[in-house]
Order: sequence, then C-alpha cells, then structure tokens
Amino acid sequence: MNGSAPPPPVRPLPARLLDLVLWGGLAVLLLISAPAVHLGDLTLLGAHSDNMRNFIGGFAHPDFSQAGSIVMDMLQTLEMALWGTALAVIFAIPLGLAASRNVAPVWVQQPVRRLLDALRAVPDLVIGTMFVLAVGLGPLAGVLAIALNTGGVLGKLFSEAVEAIDPQPVEGVRAVGAHPLQELVWGVAPQVAPLWTSFGLYRFESNARSATILGLIGAGGIGQRLFESLGAFDYGQTATIILVIVIAVSLIDLLSQTIRTRLL
Amino acid sequence: MRDNVKGIFHRADANLALDRKEHVRSRDLQIRMAESAAFIVTGASRTFGQTKALNDVSLRVERGEMTALIGPSGSGKSTLLRALVGLVALDAGPGRVEALGLLVQTGGKVAPQARAVRARIGFIFQKFNLVGRLTLFSNVMIGRLGRIGFWRGLFGLWSHADRSLAMHALHRVGIAEQAGQRAANLSGGQQQRGAIARALVQQAEIILADEPVASLDPASARRVMEALADINREDGAAVVVTLHQIDIAKHYCRRIVALSAGRIVYDGPPDGLDPERLRSIYGAEYQDAAPAVFGAPVSA
Repeated sequence: MNGSAPPPPVRPLPARLLDLVLWGGLAVLLLISAPAVHLGDLTLLGAHSDNMRNFIGGFAHPDFSQAGSIVMDMLQTLEMALWGTALAVIFAIPLGLAASRNVAPVWVQQPVRRLLDALRAVPDLVIGTMFVLAVGLGPLAGVLAIALNTGGVLGKLFSEAVEAIDPQPVEGVRAVGAHPLQELVWGVAPQVAPLWTSFGLYRFESNARSATILGLIGAGGIGQRLFESLGAFDYGQTATIILVIVIAVSLIDLLSQTIRTRLL
Repeated sequence: MRDNVKGIFHRADANLALDRKEHVRSRDLQIRMAESAAFIVTGASRTFGQTKALNDVSLRVERGEMTALIGPSGSGKSTLLRALVGLVALDAGPGRVEALGLLVQTGGKVAPQARAVRARIGFIFQKFNLVGRLTLFSNVMIGRLGRIGFWRGLFGLWSHADRSLAMHALHRVGIAEQAGQRAANLSGGQQQRGAIARALVQQAEIILADEPVASLDPASARRVMEALADINREDGAAVVVTLHQIDIAKHYCRRIVALSAGRIVYDGPPDGLDPERLRSIYGAEYQDAAPAVFGAPVSA
C-alpha cells in the first residue's frame, strides 16, 4: 500500500447536532416537569419519618392465621392473568398481522393501528369498571379488562415483530404458488414465533401484577383482599398478603424467564 | 471430481425407479402441452425511479431449454426473472408475460392465475430463501403448497405420498440425512440444494434460478449447477438461470441471453460470445465476470 492510511471516520456535524438537541431536549423536559410532580416535597420523607416507621412497623408482625385462603386468592388472581393473557393473544394475532405494514394494505393497517392505540390508552381499571357493570362483580370482569388492554399492547408488539422479519423466506413461499394465508403460516409465523411467545410470557408476568390491582374495583382475587385489609388497617394480614404476592410474582418471573431463554 | 458429483444424482437404488416413473409421467404431460412455450415475454419494461431496469424486452423460451441470462450488475436480469412469475410487476403499458400458455401479467397488473402458474415453476434464489427456523424437510414440503388443497397446506397435513416425494427429492440432491435439521444450521450449498429439492417436489415444469451460485464457494456452486443441469436433462424441465460469471453460463447452457441496461444485446449459442462482444456487454465489469473462477471448463 502506498501513502498514509486515511484518518478515522468522523460523525458529520448534523448528526452530532441532532444528538445534542435530543439529549438536551430530554434534560430540559425533566427540568420543566420537576415542579409539576412536586419534586421539592422529597424533603418531607425525612420530616415525616415517624409515620413511616409506624406503617412499616405494622408489617414486622405478619399474621399467618389465614395463609391458606390467601394463597387460594392468589391462585385465583393468577388464573385471571392466565385467561386474560390467553384471550389477549387470540385477539392480538389477527390484529397484529393486520397492523403490519408488510402484511396488510395501508387502508387496513392504519385503522387497526388506531384501534390498538385506543385499547392501550384506556386504563384497564376503566375497562374493568365497565365490565363490572356488564357482568357483575367478580373475576370475569378482571379477565375481560386484562384481555382488552393486553390485546392492544400485544397487537402492537406482534406487529412490530412482523415488520422486522426477513422478507426473503416469505418470497420463497410465495414463489411456490402458496395462498397469502399460507405465506403467513409458513413464511411469517416461524420467524416471529419466538418473539411472540416471549412477548406473551412477559405480558403474563405483568398481568399477574395488574390482576392484583384490579381487585380495587371488586374484580376478586388477592387484590380485593389486599385492599380490604389495608382499609381495615390490618397491617399483619396485609403483610402476609404482600409476602404471598411477592413470592408468586417472583416465581412467575423466574419461570417465564427460563422459558424465554430456551426459546430464543 | 465430476464423477463424484454425478454419483449424487445417479444412485442406483429403488428410489431411482420411482423417479423414472415420475419422469415418464411428466414427459407425457409435456408432449400434451408441447404447443405452448415455457415463456413468451413481449414489450416488457420496468422502471425503478429514474432507472429503466427493463426496456422493451421481448423473449421466448421453449420448454426443455437451458438458458443463461447474463449481464453486468443492474442490467435487469433479476428483474426479468422475477417478472416471469409476477414477483415483480411490469410498468403499466403493453408489456406482457405468458408462462406455460397462461397469462402471468399484463398492463402492470399480475393476473389472478399467477399463483397457479407459480405452482408449476420452481424458483431458486441467490440467498436460498428457506425459512431458517423450519426443518429442511418442512421447507421442502412447502414446495407442495401450490399442488395440494388449501386447508391441508395451511395446517401442514402432508400426505404419505407427499412426504416420500420430499424425501426422494432430498435424496436426489444428496442431503436426505439433514432432513430433520433446521435450515438455518445448514451450509449455503446445502441450503441451495434444499431449495432445489423444494422445486423438485413442485414437479416444476420450469426452474428459474436467480444467481443461484453467487453466494456459494466453487465446489458448492458446481454441485448446484450440476443439479440444475440434471433436472433439465432428466426431467425435461426448462431452466432459466441468471449468472454473473460467463464461464459457468457457457459451460452449462446452450443458449445465452445477455442483457445490458435493460435491453437484450445478445441471444444465441455460447460460441457467439467472443471477448470483444463480452467487453462491450460488461464494460468496466468485464475483468470480474470473465476470469475462470469456476476452474477449468469441463467438457460435457
């Protein structure tokens, strides 16, 4: 080789300016938002430490007298999460495909996207309240609320996985004269299967937590019991319930993590 | 070396007898349909942005021919090949493609029966286009989709006959042992032979191959080209193959069609392509395309 080696590549000025604007913008946003969230009240954490100590002290003596039925309630909550997630996956598969640029024409894809946005935007507490009015108090309202909200989330995640696939195998399937639905089954599905399963499991984990919160609106399960004992200032009972939730959620996290690492 | 390669395709065993029966059947079919050409392309143009990838191309390919499409990068040979089965739509206008006597596309619109035509045409891609997470066997079974019922294909309810057809095809291209492995775990040469097996179970009357050896080492490239030549010879399938290297084209094909800037600039036997003519077709790329990268030519 003749002559000296060229200098290392330099990021062009516009790219560096864009970085500055993006990161600087984020910093400015954080500063503007600080008063709105009463960030100054952090000092009260120290001032009110006695109240905190009383509250936490109550948890030091968990009451295990009803541990058996608490665990049964926890199981009911997990069953809600399981059914809610399963129904959500069933919604999300067709919606996710219909929301993908590389599968559906734009006049299908855009409306479906907006529908998914709407499903995600409405909090599941609101959807849950609606279903409580429709099907009455109890776990089914919770299941349906989880299904709709999670359906919106999974539909979006599924469609993003579909948009990231390699188009070449799909073209390979098309080239043998396959029907468009067969292209989806044989060309698209095998490529997205690991990601879809991973997303489904991840949502099951977080739904186990959401299902707890849904107890607040009378959707049954351990959440309802949690809010009842909190309302009754029964901190011993509350401590046991929280312990059961923490153990259950950790076990599910561990389990689904194991499955996901095996899949990918 | 050549004998070894040939051996893969000519194993004397029970499968061969079955294959032969299959050939006889497909030959009968060909005699019945001999009146229609493999392809008739008239006035085909395709524009990408400002570039005319195809510029008023007309071409007729007969059944049973083995034809090479050559030309420098961007000369339109891949576009032409894809347009033959409607994977690329032509510009709106009089351009028209017919395959096996059926309309594939005209006026910039792919005809509804294009799917039925594709079922009878095997397409081999440069990047193999197998589904990496499926087994080699499943990938070959995909070749049956255009030939069996919709629901059967959708759920993968392959019949016993179809399964054994797939195994025979894999055996014929020498990778039956790998049937249970994921396609992504196979070497490039094995994947490309898997793609050929997929075309075999289609019982394709035409094989189109788009730069089938461009991603392969010379030994794998030779096996793939031998497999294509074997299908042309034994099954009587027309083969149209785009190639960048001239010596491969000259060695395997009796007819060479050269494209340059979207126009056909040569159509005839390999002998007519002297260095002068090639230099004018390839321009600056001549040095890359001409050397005997494929080793010394082997006499047929």
